[in-house]
Amino acid sequence: MSVASQDTAVSTGRITRMLIYLILLLFALFYLLPLYVMGVNSVKPLSEITGGNMMALPQEWTLDPWRSAWSTAQIGVQATGLKPYFLTSILMVVPAVVISTMIGAINGYILTKWRFKGDTIIFGLMLFSCFIPFQIVLIPMARVLGILGLAGSVPGLILVHVVYGLGFSTLYFRNYYAAFPTELVRAAQIDGAGFFRIFWRIMLPVSGPITVVCVIWQFTNIWNDFLFGASFGGTTQPMTVALNNLVQSSTGVKEYNVHFAAAILAAIPTLIVYIVAGRYFVRGLMAGSVKG
Amino acid sequence: MASASEADFRTRLQDWLPKLVLAPSVAVTLFFVYGFILFTVVLSFTSSKMLPSWDFIGFSNYVRLFSLPHWHVALKNIAIFATLYIVICTAIGLMLAIFLDQKIRGEGVLRPIYLYPMALSFIVTGTAWKWFLDPGIGLENVMQQWGWESFSFTWIKSNTMAIYTIVIAAVWQSSGFVMAMFLAGLRGIDNEILKAAQIDGASNWQLYRRIVIPLLRPAFLSAFVILAHLAIKSYDLVIALTGGGPGRATEMPATFMYSYTFTRKEMGVGASSAVIMLMTIAAIMIPYLYSELKEKKE
Repeated sequence: MSVASQDTAVSTGRITRMLIYLILLLFALFYLLPLYVMGVNSVKPLSEITGGNMMALPQEWTLDPWRSAWSTAQIGVQATGLKPYFLTSILMVVPAVVISTMIGAINGYILTKWRFKGDTIIFGLMLFSCFIPFQIVLIPMARVLGILGLAGSVPGLILVHVVYGLGFSTLYFRNYYAAFPTELVRAAQIDGAGFFRIFWRIMLPVSGPITVVCVIWQFTNIWNDFLFGASFGGTTQPMTVALNNLVQSSTGVKEYNVHFAAAILAAIPTLIVYIVAGRYFVRGLMAGSVKG
Repeated sequence: MASASEADFRTRLQDWLPKLVLAPSVAVTLFFVYGFILFTVVLSFTSSKMLPSWDFIGFSNYVRLFSLPHWHVALKNIAIFATLYIVICTAIGLMLAIFLDQKIRGEGVLRPIYLYPMALSFIVTGTAWKWFLDPGIGLENVMQQWGWESFSFTWIKSNTMAIYTIVIAAVWQSSGFVMAMFLAGLRGIDNEILKAAQIDGASNWQLYRRIVIPLLRPAFLSAFVILAHLAIKSYDLVIALTGGGPGRATEMPATFMYSYTFTRKEMGVGASSAVIMLMTIAAIMIPYLYSELKEKKE
């Protein structure tokens, strides 16, 4: 998004401006509301939620819900808390992001600087794969993971996320490299530089910004994925699936405060990414929509 | 002449190298995406139950699919959900973008607040809204405690209204993103055009209706395409917020596919519902992607 703001020429009266500010503030409250509810109720004893007011600040502050969510809450059949699932998510996300980004970079390089007949069709096929409803691949994927012996394992989840993340990472790098002058590549070729050397010495050094965008996008998507985790995770489930199991559990007392703490725990990694690199996050979203 | 043929070999290798490096990605895409699609399409014409079988039964699964009340509920829900989700997100997104574009003080604070929900998992969003909308502890209870004794908000427990709670949570999650798309569009409009129109005596309202909004056409199109495909794929949010309930009142095609395939062991019917989902998305995405790719070529 171009933040370099080009102010509009539109001028508004004072009352209109007040109204605009009011509406903008109301919407800010609307967007912050769930975050407030989660935060405030995750540091309350359960009795203050069931017998009190959800919007009120805690009378007695406690970190017990957080401790419980992290290490003792009952998830599925075991009282392990979210800790092991957090670890699964990390072990799944990091390799999946690294691999899909690296392959995407080299694909984008080929599709823009080593063009050949039919490359647009190949790109089109990869692009469309970004948008398919994944329900269409669930059944055969389950079979293939079973045959490969990867069902219910972290490597299996990594494979799934790399395969279905390739389209987007290729799209990002292709669009980015398309703007890079091809003449420079040709000149390097005449000087005798080969395929990999050009990629390594010329393309990669200018790829910083798009790499950040791609990494953020893949990280957010893979961390937040639920469908693949629930379908193929088996007993090695990622965070989102564990959170859902915790919240939907029908046995015992509903510990809302623990649920809220758990929800924040599941949200923290992507929230941190958003806070640290929000600008790039937005750019990633936009690139996924405006294939300019 | 050995060196000459060696050089010849090297140039030929350089010609082939890019295709060779790209080949695994192409193979993976062809197998895991298009091969799998084909597999599911073929499966939808078989009598597969718990496991795939290769006993072809023609269009029977599709006939059965469209005779199932659950599928009708799912179609009705997706129609309600997609329409409201797209329309409300677009309306809120456009309004916030236009307002933010009025040299607003604190834009740098507001924009990230509008956008952060997009970074969250639908499961987190669903959890937060599930308990916030819960009549026992959430909004209804809060209002009653604040003195509005007769306040009632039980949509999430109601067969007819629960689908609208999914709209609320989904709009909360995505409308900020639509705002960002429109804001980028607005910032790309040449100010001179607006100034010229103002000199000609156009009011603000006319300015936006006649000039700005028509110029935002590409942003409208992108927003529509993105929101439509998100709506059709929506699965996580339904699972987290209502679990498809109460009863099966918030069944959607994505949850239908999952429960018929993996819980009810009617794989043929599940596959046919997935094919319908894919065809719907393809009908929206293919023309869009085609025109985008064609434009880039020129």
